[in-house]
Amino acid sequence: MRPQLIFALIFAGLIGLSLVTGKIDPYYYTVIIFIGINITMATSLNLINGFTGQFSLGHAGFMGVGAYVSAIASTFLTTHGLGTEVMGGVPVMAIALLVGGLAAALTGLAVGIPSLRLKGDYLAIVTLGFNEIIRVIIQNVDFKIDGISYVGGARGFAVPQLSSFLWVFGIALVAIYFVENLINSTYGRGFLAVRDDEVAAEAMGVHTTRFKVRAFVIGSFFAGIGGGLFAHFIQYITPDNFTFLKSIEIVVMVILGGMGSTYGVILAAILLTIMPEALREFSEYRMIIYSLMLIVLMIARPQGLFGSETFTRFFAKRKAAANKV
Amino acid sequence: MLEIKDLHVSYGQIAALKGISLSVPDHAIVTLIGANGAGKTTLLRTISGLLKSKSGSISLGDSELTKCAPHEIVAKGIAQSPEGRMIFANLTVMENLKMGAFLRKDTDGIATDMEYVFSMFPRLKERHAQQGGTLSGGEQQMLAIGRALMSKPKILLLDEPSLGIAPILVRTIFQKIVEINHNLGMTVLLVEQNAHMALGIASHGYVIETGKIVLEGEASWLAANEEVKKAYLGSV
Amino acid sequence: MGEILQQLVNGISLGAIYALIALGYTMIYGVLRFINFAHGDIFMIGAFSGYFVANAVSHILPTGSIGAVIVVFVASMTICALLGALIEYLAYRPLRKRPKLTVLITAIGVSLFLEYLSQLLFGATPRGFPEIISNHALIKSKAVTIDVVGAVVIITSFTLMLALRVIVMKTKIGTAMRAVSFNQQAASLMGINISKVITFTFMTGSALAAAGGVLYAAQYPSIDPLMGILPGLKAFVAAVLGGIGNITGAALGGMIIGIVESFIGGTFLSTYRDAIVFAILIGILIFKPSGILGKNEVEKV
Repeated sequence: MRPQLIFALIFAGLIGLSLVTGKIDPYYYTVIIFIGINITMATSLNLINGFTGQFSLGHAGFMGVGAYVSAIASTFLTTHGLGTEVMGGVPVMAIALLVGGLAAALTGLAVGIPSLRLKGDYLAIVTLGFNEIIRVIIQNVDFKIDGISYVGGARGFAVPQLSSFLWVFGIALVAIYFVENLINSTYGRGFLAVRDDEVAAEAMGVHTTRFKVRAFVIGSFFAGIGGGLFAHFIQYITPDNFTFLKSIEIVVMVILGGMGSTYGVILAAILLTIMPEALREFSEYRMIIYSLMLIVLMIARPQGLFGSETFTRFFAKRKAAANKV
Repeated sequence: MLEIKDLHVSYGQIAALKGISLSVPDHAIVTLIGANGAGKTTLLRTISGLLKSKSGSISLGDSELTKCAPHEIVAKGIAQSPEGRMIFANLTVMENLKMGAFLRKDTDGIATDMEYVFSMFPRLKERHAQQGGTLSGGEQQMLAIGRALMSKPKILLLDEPSLGIAPILVRTIFQKIVEINHNLGMTVLLVEQNAHMALGIASHGYVIETGKIVLEGEASWLAANEEVKKAYLGSV
Repeated sequence: MGEILQQLVNGISLGAIYALIALGYTMIYGVLRFINFAHGDIFMIGAFSGYFVANAVSHILPTGSIGAVIVVFVASMTICALLGALIEYLAYRPLRKRPKLTVLITAIGVSLFLEYLSQLLFGATPRGFPEIISNHALIKSKAVTIDVVGAVVIITSFTLMLALRVIVMKTKIGTAMRAVSFNQQAASLMGINISKVITFTFMTGSALAAAGGVLYAAQYPSIDPLMGILPGLKAFVAAVLGGIGNITGAALGGMIIGIVESFIGGTFLSTYRDAIVFAILIGILIFKPSGILGKNEVEKV
């Protein structure tokens, strides 16, 4: 079966599922929505950290930019005649997410161009630094339009509820499809080349900086959209939702899943969203277990739990088969 | 006596030493000659414990060295002046020498030996307070040999002391090697590409090619050997 | 004018603490070439150790007495030195030959572990730190006020930095540390046990961070399990600013960051204080990654 068809079928299934979400217990519904958002976040970070081999610790910063910018857009639009009454809020949400994603992508470009010359732990620290800078800037922004408060600094920002099961998982599906297709295209092999051997890639004529920046911009775009989905689901955001600890959480998903394995990263995103909830009774031990797991994983199995590239290979095989015909 | 038996070493899949056997009797100068990439440095690094062997043995007297960490091998009495000299560029000449004596506790003995090194290489004495990185190649080689001596080893391993040094200095350094052997009774295993010089001071020699010993014998015999002459001595 | 002088004094005492933490980052980077992300949490454990020791000995040695201060410092430095050695042994040593990123991720794990373990053991709510140094104004003039705590912070930090310099420059183990940081293989050929030197480095760095933690808590007497994150990151910035791997650089960087932060705190930019410190980091890494005193290191291929 062609992957496009598979994705179309999954999408149809999502529409079917979305019809029954109203019957789900609100608590479980929340967990499910967070799974979807985390899949988008982890898949997009995987493009940067996993496929391109750059270590970013600032993904939550781009998520924050997307969350705030999309919230500004939707708040403005809903108070200016384009609210949920227009086509069930689809246009306003679509515009908000797109604007948020683009803003995050632009931020990604601005952050990426200077910092991607750095490598390894230096890059990690610089992206972490940008994450904190973004957070501090948001903390200091607060303005009013027509008497309505926007951004709200450290106080927080009330956001209209526009997210839904279909939005969240539809976007996750688009992110997965996009990243997988990109990586398995001839062009996309450049990302892997940068990861595997930068010097060799450069020698082969791959413009490594350009690929790194592209990965960063695309990753940030989806992180921004993920932030938009998040904001419009929880309906109240503060800068503290987007600290570097949130970035670390997403990084752990990518690492646990096995860097560069979309399939593994999705599983890890699901697992790491459910695990803290499942461990609620032991909530004091939750983060201790989490951190110990990270340490033990690095010592025992640094390639991640699902370190094989089954999903990617599946795509690659299809492509190869298609090319033969 | 340093005794190496059927030593195999590989880098990943690539075999670098394929069954080397070699012995260095006490108080002798033994040389190992061979071309670039033949496995000379690999052998010295393995003796010092920087590389792990796949099989075979390296023994000094009664003790087996293949399982020892580098610092334990130094403690057993093997010091090396490594390829590329590896001088601590951020340490003074004096500190470099002190590091050579890291395992020793006899302050007086250390002072005496340092004087000996300085008398052998007066240039080092002049520059004792200078950082190692500021020395010339020849001076660094002197320092590397002096530093190795400071541990008061039973056996001194020298990896290409002639490399990258002015010919006139090479002569001096080889003279000093003979002196060390003669005055201190120190056993020397000298690895060299400069076969002519090396065979000139050694009593016994080995020829290594692509990880195997292909010839061995008395140094004078090797120096007269036609094949050695052709391959390593540059004369026909 | 008085305002400026006061900010300078405050900046120096804050910077001295950053410098103490930065020294640990830089020393560990020197021998292992990795960023010990958990270093800021050692600083936090140092403050908590000081808290518990001060309370435990308070009925023998009254809080505020010289004896109590000395006991608090020695105990918390010892605890953290041992903790540092333990962390190195359990978490980092198995990764000695692994890629740097694996080690960095482990360090993040260690950092989270220390933070959340402390939350479990000590609770997340801030605790008031006992007044181990009885505070009053030492110098009070129109231009500037220096209180006892500020003076103790500055004097203790400088004494420790001087002691470290003597250890590193004059002792055998210190020379070995410099040898190891230059070339591990060559150092092992000298008979130096690399692992021991690394352990010693972790112990020294952690002890300095502990002293920093106690001093910080004495000056800002509220401690909590997450208190190490920001000072830790800022001290890292200080280490990079001075030239990572360079001990004098770390001390200098700490001072600069402390003073800059103190001056910004007095202006309209005060809410951007943390962001500006990170902007300094980014600027340094992009324009002069070797830092103020570091040598340019060509990346090995």
